[in-house]
Amino acid sequence: MRENVVIRTVSRLAVPFIQVFALYVIVHGASGAGGGFQGGVVFASSFILMTIAFGLSSVRKRLNNRWIVICSVLGITIYAGIGLLCLILGGNYLEYGIIETTLGIPHLHGYLLDAVEVGIGITVMAVMTSIIYDMAERGGESS
Amino acid sequence: MKVKALLAVLFIGIILFWAIEDMPAFGDPQAPATQYTGELYIQSALPDIGIENIVTAILASYRGFDTLGETVVIFTAGISVALLLRRGGRL
Repeated sequence: MRENVVIRTVSRLAVPFIQVFALYVIVHGASGAGGGFQGGVVFASSFILMTIAFGLSSVRKRLNNRWIVICSVLGITIYAGIGLLCLILGGNYLEYGIIETTLGIPHLHGYLLDAVEVGIGITVMAVMTSIIYDMAERGGESS
Repeated sequence: MKVKALLAVLFIGIILFWAIEDMPAFGDPQAPATQYTGELYIQSALPDIGIENIVTAILASYRGFDTLGETVVIFTAGISVALLLRRGGRL
């Protein structure tokens, strides 16, 4: 791709807003339209836009394969760990209510759902970015 | 061939439009989809879980195990793509 000032400037401006919107969608899952899957994909789309505008190698410097692997495992670990915590506190697997009653913190059930959504979002973001990296790499340097 | 395909599409389209008459009205409280468990979730999601979004309550709390499985499916898909493409198609 030729150097294109318009595309680079617009994507440099748009990426932070896309990422903030993705975080809003993830955190807003408990009280409105939103959730981990959607927010994770929106977050990954910011990396896809950066890959299209600046090329694969410059994005890889910011988010390399090591971090992608760590993030994709971390998300599932958050989710499964919360489930395991319920098991440790004497309830069923993923029975969030038992944490709320054992620790005695009100509205904890909703916050645990938020934590679960964050875990889903991290995993989806990392996996989508990983797939885009692999496909862009297969077709040669995209820039 | 194109005429046959067009006829098939038209035939299926007419059948589907014919079936619209039997569908319940939008937001009908007597419809089967809004009775039974649907009504139960609407009534008990807020007292059970304490969040306003019933969709998230069902997705992450009532059906939490299912959603965990979905997340693992996405993770597995990512691993599979990495395995297939990063090794240049060799297995």
